[in-house]
Amino acid sequence: MSEPGEKKAPAVRKIFPPAVNTETERFWKAAEEGKLLYGYCLACNEPHYYPRSFCPFCFSERVEWRQASGDATVYAYSIMYRSPTGPYTIAYVELAEGPRILTNLVDCDFEKIAIDAAAKLVWKPSDGGAPVPFFTLA
Amino acid sequence: MSIKGKAYVMGAFEHPTREAPDKSVAQLHAECARGALADAGLNKDDIDGYFCAGDAPGFGALSMADYMGLRNLRHMDSTETGGSSYILHVGHAAEAIAAGKCSVALITLAGKPRTSPPGGGRGGGGFAAAPEAAFEMPYGGTTHNQYAMCATRHMHEFGTTSEQLAWIKVAASHHAQWNPHAFLKEVVTVDDVVNSPMIATPLHRLDCCVVTDGGGALIVTSPEVAKQLDRPKVKVLGAGEAPKGTYGGKVDLTFTGAAWSGPKAFAEAGVKPSDIKYASIYDSFTITVLMQLEDLGFCEKGRGGRFVADGNLISGVGKLPFNTDGGGLCNNHPTNRGGITKVIEAVRQLRGEAHPKVQVPSCDLAIAHGTGGSLGTRHGSATLIMERE
Repeated sequence: MSEPGEKKAPAVRKIFPPAVNTETERFWKAAEEGKLLYGYCLACNEPHYYPRSFCPFCFSERVEWRQASGDATVYAYSIMYRSPTGPYTIAYVELAEGPRILTNLVDCDFEKIAIDAAAKLVWKPSDGGAPVPFFTLA
Repeated sequence: MSIKGKAYVMGAFEHPTREAPDKSVAQLHAECARGALADAGLNKDDIDGYFCAGDAPGFGALSMADYMGLRNLRHMDSTETGGSSYILHVGHAAEAIAAGKCSVALITLAGKPRTSPPGGGRGGGGFAAAPEAAFEMPYGGTTHNQYAMCATRHMHEFGTTSEQLAWIKVAASHHAQWNPHAFLKEVVTVDDVVNSPMIATPLHRLDCCVVTDGGGALIVTSPEVAKQLDRPKVKVLGAGEAPKGTYGGKVDLTFTGAAWSGPKAFAEAGVKPSDIKYASIYDSFTITVLMQLEDLGFCEKGRGGRFVADGNLISGVGKLPFNTDGGGLCNNHPTNRGGITKVIEAVRQLRGEAHPKVQVPSCDLAIAHGTGGSLGTRHGSATLIMERE
């Protein structure tokens, strides 16, 4: 956190590059194309996120990748001031398709952020890895 | 208690793969789990105990339980003894089953040193290899802003205010003034808290616990040994535990795992929240206390703000004296893990050895409750009820 009198070079918060593994490779490939995928279970018809190779609700392996519309609403958020690189907002947004996903709300006026506010998908580069899905106020 | 004849191995599965370049370590754990369940003729939701060792990535049992969607867990064990861990886990599982702590225990092991050698000795690869890592680490989540999101949501759903949260810190500071070892001894007011710098909205600096070095230890003995010792006897009456996670996107930040671990501990102890004379409640942040008090049943869900206000947690003033050592908010939070100090102060209270200014009169029943991990993502909840004999 910036203290009065403290001299720190302004920095930009680095976006941690997502570790890609064989289970999630497809997700991050789609991310390169600007597509946000989530998991959908053909056995119990439940969507899930973060996506995995089986359904975390019924344990079936009959899951498929589906593309999210990118429309969401804010479920919860916090503006982080204890940051050497300036404030940023962490949030859970609820996708139009159902799952609530962890993200940041970027490129918007912090004052206008509120629970239930409409949000939409934007992509940001990570520090040397795949682009990462973020959201901004719609 | 002997485990002889108290447990049986009913499912076993060896993964057929010998090279799995196309699978994640977490995925291999899940596939082994599915195989063992099928062998036993059981379903995932039958599992109420989970055992894993250092090969399980991330938070170990917490990350894996959330990943696999093990929603009915009431017992976890991540004892790590290298390659022997899983033999030992069978013994631990039998103990847990004999004690009634679980009835269907899952033990998993998986790794892929052949196709993806780990950097270090731990096959799981730590937090970077946790199944949730890629989907959480880019967002700058810290304990502060993750717990803060719970506070934001709690305020939205129940009308909880920053002033009500501040009362929790105020109560802790009233207690800490009598503790010569407390990191912060100064009594603060609601105004002090809400006017302290914003850390992560809506949590201010004084809503956050201290960061301290230090540690603690406990000795637990058999009744026979206890009888021979010249100390007040503090009896374990009941214990409950539960993991809570993000559940595949069905995230609900309005409650904690205390909603599950609490009732189990109270049922085992045969007491009610209203019987409790003293409460040690994990206080990483003020919101942590408020939500856990609700979930443990000290007040109705959503009414925690009203419950903690006006000094209700101050010893000698309110109905539920809490964290009379000053807690993590004022006294001590060694290694950023506040569980052991919660038990220690509860033991002091039950022995009548708390500071006279904060000692609860005839304190014969106490609770120590904590969460580890993050309320905002996944955490392990533990409740312990103890009685002065």
